[in-house]
Amino acid sequence: MALAFDEYGRPFIILREQEQKTRAKGLEAQKANIMAAKSVARILRTSLGPKGMDKMLQSGDGDVTISNDGATILEQMEVENQIGKLMVELSRSQDYEIGDGTTGVVVTAGALLEQAEILLERGIHPIRVAEGYEQAARIAVDHLSKISHSFEFSSTNIQPLVQTCMTTLSSKIVNRCKALLAEIAVKAVLAVADLERKDVNLDLIKVEGKVGGKLEDTELVYGIVVDKDMSHPQMPKRIEDAKIAILTCPFEPPKPKTKHKIDIDSTEKFEALREAEKKYFDEMVQKCKDVGATLVICQWGFDDEANHLLMHRGLPAVRWVGGVELELIAIATGGRIVPRFQELTPEKLGRAGIVREKSFGTTKDRMLYIEQCANSRAVTIFIRGASKMMVEETKRSIHDALCVARNLIRDNSIVYGGGSAEIACSIAVEAAADRIPGVEQYAVRAFADALDGVPMALAENSGLQPIDTLTAVKAQQIKEKNPHLGIDCNDVKTNDMKEQNVFETLIGKKQQILLATQVVKMILKIDDVITPSQYI
Amino acid sequence: MADKLFKDDAVEEKGERARMASFIGALAIVDLLKTTLGPKGMDKILQSTSRGHSVSVTNDGATILKSLHIDNPAAKVLVDISKVQDDEVGDGTTSVVVLCGELLREAEKLVNLKIHPMTIIDGYRMAVECARSVLEKRTRDNRADPEKFRQDLINIAMTTLSSKILSQEKEHFANLAVNAVMRLKGSGNLEAIQIIKKAGGSLQDSFLDEGFILDKKIGVGQPKSIQNAKILVANTAMDTDKVKIYGARVRVDAMSKIAEIEAAEKDKMKQKVQKILAHGINCFVNRQLIYNFPEELFADAGIMAIEHADFEGIERLALVTGGEITSTFDNPESVKLGHCDLIEEIMIGEDRLIRFSGVEMGEACTIVLRGASTHVLDEAERSLHDALCVLCQTVQDSRVVWGGGWPELLMARHVDELARKTPGKKSLAVESFAAALRAIPAIIADNAGLDSADLVSRLRAEHSKEDCMSGIDVLTGGVGDMEQLGIYEAFKVKQAVILSATEAAEMILRVDEIIKCAPRKREERM
Repeated sequence: MALAFDEYGRPFIILREQEQKTRAKGLEAQKANIMAAKSVARILRTSLGPKGMDKMLQSGDGDVTISNDGATILEQMEVENQIGKLMVELSRSQDYEIGDGTTGVVVTAGALLEQAEILLERGIHPIRVAEGYEQAARIAVDHLSKISHSFEFSSTNIQPLVQTCMTTLSSKIVNRCKALLAEIAVKAVLAVADLERKDVNLDLIKVEGKVGGKLEDTELVYGIVVDKDMSHPQMPKRIEDAKIAILTCPFEPPKPKTKHKIDIDSTEKFEALREAEKKYFDEMVQKCKDVGATLVICQWGFDDEANHLLMHRGLPAVRWVGGVELELIAIATGGRIVPRFQELTPEKLGRAGIVREKSFGTTKDRMLYIEQCANSRAVTIFIRGASKMMVEETKRSIHDALCVARNLIRDNSIVYGGGSAEIACSIAVEAAADRIPGVEQYAVRAFADALDGVPMALAENSGLQPIDTLTAVKAQQIKEKNPHLGIDCNDVKTNDMKEQNVFETLIGKKQQILLATQVVKMILKIDDVITPSQYI
Repeated sequence: MADKLFKDDAVEEKGERARMASFIGALAIVDLLKTTLGPKGMDKILQSTSRGHSVSVTNDGATILKSLHIDNPAAKVLVDISKVQDDEVGDGTTSVVVLCGELLREAEKLVNLKIHPMTIIDGYRMAVECARSVLEKRTRDNRADPEKFRQDLINIAMTTLSSKILSQEKEHFANLAVNAVMRLKGSGNLEAIQIIKKAGGSLQDSFLDEGFILDKKIGVGQPKSIQNAKILVANTAMDTDKVKIYGARVRVDAMSKIAEIEAAEKDKMKQKVQKILAHGINCFVNRQLIYNFPEELFADAGIMAIEHADFEGIERLALVTGGEITSTFDNPESVKLGHCDLIEEIMIGEDRLIRFSGVEMGEACTIVLRGASTHVLDEAERSLHDALCVLCQTVQDSRVVWGGGWPELLMARHVDELARKTPGKKSLAVESFAAALRAIPAIIADNAGLDSADLVSRLRAEHSKEDCMSGIDVLTGGVGDMEQLGIYEAFKVKQAVILSATEAAEMILRVDEIIKCAPRKREERM
């Protein structure tokens, strides 16, 4: 590390404990950073596309996750390197914003950095590269809008939406029943969508999974599924036209928060206390009964006595329902969450057509279905699968499909998939490059090359000759002026993605390019990395 | 000077190495389980690492895998799959793992021939669809004929039991299990069947009791048998009834007052007992303890009081006698009481138990298992559980297929035919699927000490004919007609085995990279 000296020639300390820190500077720092980011991208590269492979991740506690979802893989990988973490963030922000294309964005960023490295070696200043990339990204995004199509669907004709979700699901392990899952996802989104405002609140869709059964048994429940059962084994298992009291107070004698003591010093007081206690339970149950509730859902536990009284008065009850679920039930049934028995009124009750308990398999697992709710806007996707890993992976895949459907409802422009959009952009950027004077031209051209990275990876993963396939498709696109030509991953013998019905949302793709460019710019701008050496 | 991407102890394995690691892990598990397959399969001793080093001897795949501490991630997939098979259908836990392993073994060969795993998966998917539909076509359904259906059930139970420790007495136990399941009348509610284990006697002494048996004692000085019993099932404190209001405490200033309050407490209990008596019952079963004082009161009133029945016990008792579980006793007229014809104390070995016979819900019954040691009993319970689960599934889906390697060879033949018709590299994978299927009967034969190569090839020849019923007859060591030998299996179980095994194999094949995060550091306990 460089040392500074004062006018008397004594060493002058700039960084505290600088001899214990390692420092990388200039080109060296940039190269190290690019290397780290590239190695993250390299891990994900093979997961891209319908023939992409999965990764098996073992967490520190020994749990195994098998996934194909870029965001999940990166999250569970526990990346230590700072630049690596940036890539993880990149994929996560794509996940939050769009929900899909998490692998693609990392692969694009990796390809951009790879090209940047070559330019840096030629002595081009990183800032110029970054600026060139910025320009090129703008050209690409503009071109995307040009080749995009608006996509027609309505709440009655959901087939186009299902098609799109199927594209998303085809790269996951669940692609065996992608048609079923895609339909479930679309129906779920449409059930909660506000088509006029073009908005979807995904919080209203609950994704619940239970190990066991087949993937084909996955179902969409127009209502809520809660992993709980009736508090008393003899309560009715099926309630029709249920009026639901949603309580957050326990069926127990009240516990004042202030410290207090009740002294008993005579038999009368003892008797009185006993009476009072009995009255508490009686009143609580009576109160619920009086307002006309036919089902009580409670966040807390019940005392044995209260439990029996409830059962005795013919009032089925569910206890220990979690806060989030309670809220969902309240939304779905149109009820209010009541924190105190005194505040219970008939208007605050929720309504549901059918509440039933369903048992599964040979074990004693039971779940509670609340269906035909007053406000049918809340739905549950109930996933079954052969193992915990399968259920978890299905959950993630469904989440992706839900996001895609939501994005289409928000903005119904699409571009075609299979790498066709990237190739089209690459051609456009390449053409534009020639008109840009200065060093940036090189950067823009590099950007065009980097865009080829995604279709290249797709072809590679599908077992095709990457360079041959890519150049053939590119030539064909230019010749036929048809931006819908992509890589034929599934070996269907046509390159036209329009015919194959493979498409992606325009916002998703735009976001991918913009996010990737942003992160690359950020990484390029770093020219000094100071890390404290390992703690001993 | 590439910086490290992961934490220090993290391991990253890629491509070929990753695939090899998962193959090796999966195959190790399979080789471990392989020897337990089939009627002549061997058992494993499992010793737990926890205190006591308790030992169990078992043949059940799911039980073995559950007790293993496995580090290899691919092996964990297999453990998972067997656990699910256990939860869903109850049996076939070994078969599913072995089949999955064989599929992977075949896949490994293909991968070495430079065939892409995705192509293998495509082929497997085609093959599994073909196999399933062929098997479905050849099922037999005897639901219409109760006599034959019962025979089917007994055969299925015997097939399941024959690989377990109960094989000596399989006829006896098959009858027990079928009788128990038939009593359920198709409801499939296994909770109504209770299994009680009592050491002593021999397995042959196990029996099915049509009533409900509670492993508890009757209070002292109370009647030992009651006819036409009215039962109140309760979950209430019968020691001292605590005041549940928070913060209450007793503070007195004179000795006499203590006595008064004690009297009041006693009085309270007495009143409670009175209220209970007002229900007009002659038997009282409580989940919690009954103290001496109330017990005495019950004895005085000539009522049988049973204390400390555990939660499952009273739930089941309430279910079978049709009573409700009560905790308050203020309105006797509307409480539903349980009924049964006779309550009596019976002796099994040296233990006294209480039997409720002639209960309202005719579906309930109890199987009392006797055996020389707890290990034998535990294993017997597991085996019986398997058999009951399978029977229950069969009652719901009454299609049966033959056992002894018949379904595997049948499917293998049709899958082979499919392979011949399929163009492209996929056909190799389809062919491998058939080979994996054929490995199952080979393992069964090997375990029985027979010449597997000879047997399987003979079977294969037999199966080239239409409508062949041949399978391995392990007892004589030859090829036999499965229909005559009465070796049946439930279609639902077989289907689940094939589907889940393929799914698991697919999952492992799709992996091309394994990243093991650094193990969480255990904090040193001071």
